[in-house]
Amino acid sequence: MSSSASPGTGPSAGASTTPVEEPSALRSRGAARYSDRAFTIMLWAAGATVLLVLGAMVVRTVSDALPVFQYQGFFSFVFGTEWHAGFSRQEFTGTYGAWPFVWGTIYTSLIAVGIALPMSIGVALFINFYAASRVRQLMSYSVEILAAVPSIIFGLWGLLWFVPTVLHPFSIWLNSVLGFLPFFGGSVPNVNYFHAGVVLGIMILPIITAVTREVMATTPVDEVQAAYGLGATKSEVLRKVVLPRSFGGIVGATMLGLGRALGETIAVLMLVGGSQRFDTRLFFAGDTLAAHIAATFQDASPETLVALMGIGVVLFIVTMVVNIVARLIVWRFAKTAGAGDAL
Amino acid sequence: MRITRQSSIVTALVASSALVLTACGGDGDLPDAPAPGATATDDGDAADGDQLSGALDGAGATFPNPVFQDWAFEYSGSVQPGVSINYQGIGSGGGIEQFLLQTVDFGSSERYLRDEDLDEAAEARGCEAIQFPVLFGAVTIAFGDEQLADLVLDAEAIAGIFQRDITNYNDPAIAELNPDMDLPDMEIIPVHRSDGSGTTSVFTTYLDHTAENWELGAGTEVQWPADTIGGQGNEGVTQGIQQNAGGVGYVNQAYALVEDLPTARVINDDGNAVSATLEATTEALEVLDIPDNFQFDILDVAGEGFPIAGANWIFVWECGYDENTGAMLRDYWTWATQSDEARDLAEELGYAPLGEGLRARVAESIDRINSQG
Repeated sequence: MSSSASPGTGPSAGASTTPVEEPSALRSRGAARYSDRAFTIMLWAAGATVLLVLGAMVVRTVSDALPVFQYQGFFSFVFGTEWHAGFSRQEFTGTYGAWPFVWGTIYTSLIAVGIALPMSIGVALFINFYAASRVRQLMSYSVEILAAVPSIIFGLWGLLWFVPTVLHPFSIWLNSVLGFLPFFGGSVPNVNYFHAGVVLGIMILPIITAVTREVMATTPVDEVQAAYGLGATKSEVLRKVVLPRSFGGIVGATMLGLGRALGETIAVLMLVGGSQRFDTRLFFAGDTLAAHIAATFQDASPETLVALMGIGVVLFIVTMVVNIVARLIVWRFAKTAGAGDAL
Repeated sequence: MRITRQSSIVTALVASSALVLTACGGDGDLPDAPAPGATATDDGDAADGDQLSGALDGAGATFPNPVFQDWAFEYSGSVQPGVSINYQGIGSGGGIEQFLLQTVDFGSSERYLRDEDLDEAAEARGCEAIQFPVLFGAVTIAFGDEQLADLVLDAEAIAGIFQRDITNYNDPAIAELNPDMDLPDMEIIPVHRSDGSGTTSVFTTYLDHTAENWELGAGTEVQWPADTIGGQGNEGVTQGIQQNAGGVGYVNQAYALVEDLPTARVINDDGNAVSATLEATTEALEVLDIPDNFQFDILDVAGEGFPIAGANWIFVWECGYDENTGAMLRDYWTWATQSDEARDLAEELGYAPLGEGLRARVAESIDRINSQG
């Protein structure tokens, strides 16, 4: 060992006075050890900040909204159908029932998911399995760009072009053909649940598509090849191998999309109608939780401001409940899907 | 027309920010220019010819914002080059709130201060708050369909339409008011503002006071019946009435004028059917009995006045400003309410300025600004 080391240290004769200690690259000295510790603390802090911000938001919103829950009663606030803003600076004088907004929020979001989900799956399948590589690039970019369009642009585009030239005529036609059915009747104004839902659907399409595409790309090649080997056609492979394999991911993607749809504000505000009423009709001009807050907070009197905080809390709860229900669905379907897999 | 209006606002904004920039960077470039925030060149009240310099901050209603921006631009451009006026359109509620919190030099709102607000104000500052109106705007009933222009309506008919009691243009109640007009058989689609707004407040306050059949109350937002539709802002309402056959909505006069929308003639307290012109709005205020404290709603309009209108109030204090700020406030609001220049600017944008009688009374209020030191 020593003989082989001496030619290496040859030029520096003085090195013998201080024994050369070869520090391992992975073992840190004093200062570096502190930096390690600092790094750990930073990560903890980052994690804690998320919880703190969320906690502060929940606590603050709930405590701000508490007076209106006390005045109205929590359940009659959520399920009451009368929303009548008061104009006092000191006390509550209005009636606050947020159900029309809860209903509108869920209704428009379901329309959005109903439109976006099948389209997203179609687009993802096309990009992954049908498109030539150049087209695939182009489509991927397009989807990403669509995801980056600000919602106010969707609102303006919807209100000034898409609704008057495309969607409204379509709705009027739909109403004239299917008007005898429960959901399609009544008059068809330019702003309604359906129009808001369709534009919302276009907005959440890129999110669902992007995640779905990623998930589908992870389908094991050998399973796909095996299916082909057994004589399956392309569409059979997609339906029986790729889709079941991607089920969990697609539901996850849908949850992300739904989350955005529930909370989307400005585009919905411009297209939903804002009438503080609710109805089962698709073409009814209603309102949603987020849109109502955005529409009225600027000129709200102090008592109504508290009620708007209450709407914020309800929106939070609705989002949570929808997420939990969705998770239950995943869990339930995952079991059956797993069973199908085993067969 | 609309383009011109918007671009003039943009110009005003750009120019006023440029002004601020040059004022800030002015120390090195222009040694003679007075530093921002410096006191007036002489200590006395602003008489003609006094050069003032500094900045005034105001906040409040969005309704008068286009005029306030144009005024500020014109005032800083050709009347008092040393003064910059920054107005934030944060809403009428915010205008009162920020004024009472004393975070701004003047507040503005489409609601006047009630007695309890004035008490609160006096307690907070130790002297009285002063309020005076500066601009008026009618709320017009606008249609999407040209053939409905100049349709005559009274308060009961308007109330019936917006409550969905009257759902077709050939309804007898409308036909009775328009014996010479060939009314279309068309469903009425009422369009209201979906955002909380002073326009809604003016409109519903009028109906609440005037129409016996009105049941929805009054305020910046009311609970509209089903099968009416809401639009976001004046633009949303305009889209609503233009995109739906049979659409009818209420929009600010200024907006209806620049958009050239067909509007209704409304029957006033004397039984006259009046078109919503600027003259008819100013006239409404001249025939109105307005108390000296300027706490008034524009109701029971008679003569040739248009019956549905709202005002914009300015709030200032009797004390507590430094000498220079007080002088600037007096000078600016005197110019804005008394000069022909300011009046022309307001009319160009579709807002009704103060009439002859009110102008003199408002001038007295302006003189009280900072009079208690």
